[in-house]
Amino acid sequence: MNTDLTRASAAELAEGLASKSISSVEVTQAYLDRIAAVDGQVHAYLHVDAEGALTTARAVDARRAAGERLATLAGVPIAVKDVMTTRGLPTTCGSRMLEGWVPPYDATVVRHLKDAGMPILGKTNMDEFAMGSSTEHSAYGPSRNPWDLERIPGGSGGGSSAAVASFQAPLATGTDTGGSIRQPAAVTGTVGTKPTYGGVSRYGLVALASSLDQAGPCARTVLDTALLHEVMGGHDPLDSTSIDAPVPPVVDAARRADVTGLRIGVVKELGGEGYQPGVRERFEESVALLVEQGAEVVEVSCPSFDYALAAYYLILPSEASSNLAKFDAMRYGMRVLPEGVDAPTAEQVMAATRDAGFGPEVKRRIILGTYALSSGYYDAYYGSAQKVRSLIAQDFERAYEKVDVLLSPTAPTTAFKLGDKLDDPMAMYLNDIATIPANLAGVPGMSIPSGLAEEDGLPTGIQILAPAMKDERLYSVGAALEQALLERWGAPILSKAPDLAAGLVKGA
Amino acid sequence: MAVTSAASVGMDPVLDYDDVVARFDPVMGLEVHVELHTLTKMFCGCPTEFGAEPNSQVCPVCLGLPGALPVVNEKAVESAIRIGLALNCEIAEWCRFARKNYFYPDMPKNFQTSQYDEPIAFNGYLDVEVDDGAGGTEVFRVEIERAHMEEDTGKSLHVGGSTGRIHGAEYSLVDYNRAGIPLIEIVTKPIVGAGVRAPEVAKAYVSALRDLLRALDVSDVKMEQGSVRCDANVSLRVRVGDDPRGEAQLAVPLGTRTETKNVNSLRSVERAVRYEMSRQAATLEAGGSVLQETRHWHEDTGMTTSGRVKSDADDYRYFPEPDLVPVAPTRETVDALRTTLPEPPGLRRRRLQGEWGFSDLEMRDVVNARAVELIEETVAAGAGAAAAKKWWLGEPSRRANAEGQDLVSYAAGLRFSPAHVAELDRLVTSGRLNDSMARQVLDGVLAGEGTPTQVADARGLELVQDDDALQAAVDRVIEANPDIAEKVRSGKVQAAGALIGQVMKEMKGQADAGKARTLILARLG
Amino acid sequence: MSSLSREDVAHLAGLARIDLSDAELDRMVGELSVILESVAKVQQAPIADVPPMSHPMPLTNVTRPDVVRPGLTPDEALSGAPERELGRFAVPRILDED
Repeated sequence: MNTDLTRASAAELAEGLASKSISSVEVTQAYLDRIAAVDGQVHAYLHVDAEGALTTARAVDARRAAGERLATLAGVPIAVKDVMTTRGLPTTCGSRMLEGWVPPYDATVVRHLKDAGMPILGKTNMDEFAMGSSTEHSAYGPSRNPWDLERIPGGSGGGSSAAVASFQAPLATGTDTGGSIRQPAAVTGTVGTKPTYGGVSRYGLVALASSLDQAGPCARTVLDTALLHEVMGGHDPLDSTSIDAPVPPVVDAARRADVTGLRIGVVKELGGEGYQPGVRERFEESVALLVEQGAEVVEVSCPSFDYALAAYYLILPSEASSNLAKFDAMRYGMRVLPEGVDAPTAEQVMAATRDAGFGPEVKRRIILGTYALSSGYYDAYYGSAQKVRSLIAQDFERAYEKVDVLLSPTAPTTAFKLGDKLDDPMAMYLNDIATIPANLAGVPGMSIPSGLAEEDGLPTGIQILAPAMKDERLYSVGAALEQALLERWGAPILSKAPDLAAGLVKGA
Repeated sequence: MAVTSAASVGMDPVLDYDDVVARFDPVMGLEVHVELHTLTKMFCGCPTEFGAEPNSQVCPVCLGLPGALPVVNEKAVESAIRIGLALNCEIAEWCRFARKNYFYPDMPKNFQTSQYDEPIAFNGYLDVEVDDGAGGTEVFRVEIERAHMEEDTGKSLHVGGSTGRIHGAEYSLVDYNRAGIPLIEIVTKPIVGAGVRAPEVAKAYVSALRDLLRALDVSDVKMEQGSVRCDANVSLRVRVGDDPRGEAQLAVPLGTRTETKNVNSLRSVERAVRYEMSRQAATLEAGGSVLQETRHWHEDTGMTTSGRVKSDADDYRYFPEPDLVPVAPTRETVDALRTTLPEPPGLRRRRLQGEWGFSDLEMRDVVNARAVELIEETVAAGAGAAAAKKWWLGEPSRRANAEGQDLVSYAAGLRFSPAHVAELDRLVTSGRLNDSMARQVLDGVLAGEGTPTQVADARGLELVQDDDALQAAVDRVIEANPDIAEKVRSGKVQAAGALIGQVMKEMKGQADAGKARTLILARLG
Repeated sequence: MSSLSREDVAHLAGLARIDLSDAELDRMVGELSVILESVAKVQQAPIADVPPMSHPMPLTNVTRPDVVRPGLTPDEALSGAPERELGRFAVPRILDED
């Protein structure tokens, strides 16, 4: 194992912990030290819970010493996206609206992490209420890409991707409504999976768009991602949309890393015009490597994907406008009194608070969703978008009659500069063009690093998509490709990222 | 024509009711919200008990905390289907919940999870009995548009200002214990053809619905606690001809309607409909037009006042609830639930009336006294129907009335049961007690002195069974009253009454008057 | 309609209970019109006779038994309240009853 515990994979840490060659307190402390050293630059965390993490670590070490049988990842620390409720730990969703809110309950995913004995390092930064692709919409300032601190780490889960990429956590949780796990993974050289819709409980995830949201794992390797996927997933009676079936055999698939005879479809509509040349080159190279591994590649067409972005930006705001209505200054969170009004009414206080508490992107989407659902426009907008959603699901069904998995670049470009797209909502939305179809259809998707773009030296990602409830296929393909790429590169991609600690010294 | 002018600010002129129905034809729509008495709420496992400590029956779901998700209560769906079936509705093979979006502080999510265009039950009817104007009853069919599932809101307490009313309050205090309790909203189709009897039909409908829900055992049906709440839509159209159900009348377009909210007693339903008819008629007669608005009912004054005018602010932006999956009851489920339905209250009443041999009038008295179930149980416990009716509608009914309670709750409060009445009846038919002794025993039982037998024992009440003693008393009385005896001998049998009275006196009341009469007539025969 | 007037946006902000400033309204009108024009593309898709899809998974009849589950204590329930009084959430005066 790597002597620097923060550079080890979660699987390696788990082995070391199981064999008692390292303790959870040592690992957890190593990560807390790393956070103290570099998060001032990266700003991956909104809240660090050193004491809580160490308490869990000590308890796990004690249980292990007592000979208890523990979960595979027991003692391996994790960072939790601030969209998941954590009992006793602030949960803000990157919004002023929830500043200081401490939930009285745990999300099911968080309960799973705690049951597995995983110390929670803290809560990671995100675009406000998960609306964005850069974390620039966080009310608490953006997170920065460890590859280039002037660039975005993706979004909405940029805090989680930046934490994992900068070795401030071996694992992190994410949520993906239109690409918020996969796109940050792509632009930071990490791995992230959006499981099949319903594969991971949504209970305790502050909802953005209920029919699209899905929580999933973020990590540095495919196997680590699988290990976390297994902990997070499973049926939850508290979520009506949860699938009542065991978690797919993702860890086995990641360990086997076998694509022999697998039929792979390259989606014609994703990856052409509008995609950065370096992104395309790395993509084609990865496809070729998979063929070398024994996979069979064909091009498939999903013509309705051309309408996916439009459908998504109607369905999401519509559901969000309703989901975010609960933030009204009555029961929790911020309360702002309107200026210059004596004895304001509840209605006025709600409106003043929602103006002050929400950022511009949240307001934009709420207004857009309010419009798309309003009487007289429902059929033209929300209704039409739902029909497009059917078409996209049908495209996937047809494609999966011919192939086992689909491939595309994860994001059209590498990480852009902070501020570049902040004033152009449509340009920001286009980042999700390749990831959105999976959310609309509910199928699982994964992003793994495909290399560095020639033109800017920044990470590129490849997206793997599988049929619903066949999440294990993502891991077969992901692990096989990861292995082949690692052989070619000689070292993990993140070893090529600049050393932040050194950067700090240089800058000092 | 008598238009009462506005006596004070805020009072609307009203038209005399006879004039209203002479000129206008009322059309009603009734929306009844029923709180189910499931153990838990519609979408979470919180208890539903009434009157708990504020905010002690809440969880992340019904408090609308960020991240919480709803899961449908199986029992609530079953209750909804049973209500639908009992209302002769079709049951949807597939239906969904929808979000009704509007902001209100007592609604935790700022949307109500309800049903919109896909209700679980639709197209039914309920037959209600109304006075036929000739001393009998007549069946009026109220068509049901739909019955759908939704959730209740929290409750606000208004602080400051005057009398806890919302207007003038400085702030409000919200308790979310009620938020999320399952509601079934039952909506009628427009009720046409009721004419002059519209207020009576409205009351009879809510009353029949309440009986039905009670028989289904799905709700506490306590209107005073808000477990059944009624909104009454009323509109008027010009009356043409004398037949409110005639083609000509039905062809007249509907007028603008008002919706009077929270009419929460049977009496109020009748009064509110009548008031709205009179108010709208006065407005129309004065050349004005009725505003489409919600109106608030005031129990104390018996009037409605203007609420909110309907506007495009009522854009509820309904859409299918993405956190819940469709409800698709199978045919087997529905058929199984159908077998759990009780006999419809109307049919049941007619059956019992036949079995008991009561006249229409007697049966109506029994129904009005809410004694149907009590008599049924008393008969089941061995009493005759006539005796059961006599005892329940006598002293217990009088006392319940005097205490402003209905008979069922009065008897429940005293633990005075059908078994007691049956026992009392047995004591009479077996000859141990006569009627006047039985009434004394009943007093004792109602005073909590014990069972009828215990009371009779304790008070030493028992008919003298010694025929010799009775014969001796008869002989003494005949001897002491030769004039009366002579009258009886000469054929004036009714004169024997005076002798019976004296015999009973001699026996200190503890004799069987019938037997005394037989002995007297035998002596003088 | 795929462009919105200032009045439209103000009306929508009212429905959504957001007290937008004049400057915000001005900016929002322009941004929303651009976005709306783009998302209106859904109407050009071949969607005639296509059923709407509201949910990715074709599940039905997910229910729970009518059994009480432990919830929050009143203190936990009120822990995030901006103001509380008498065990209840204190909220500003409510204008209309409905």
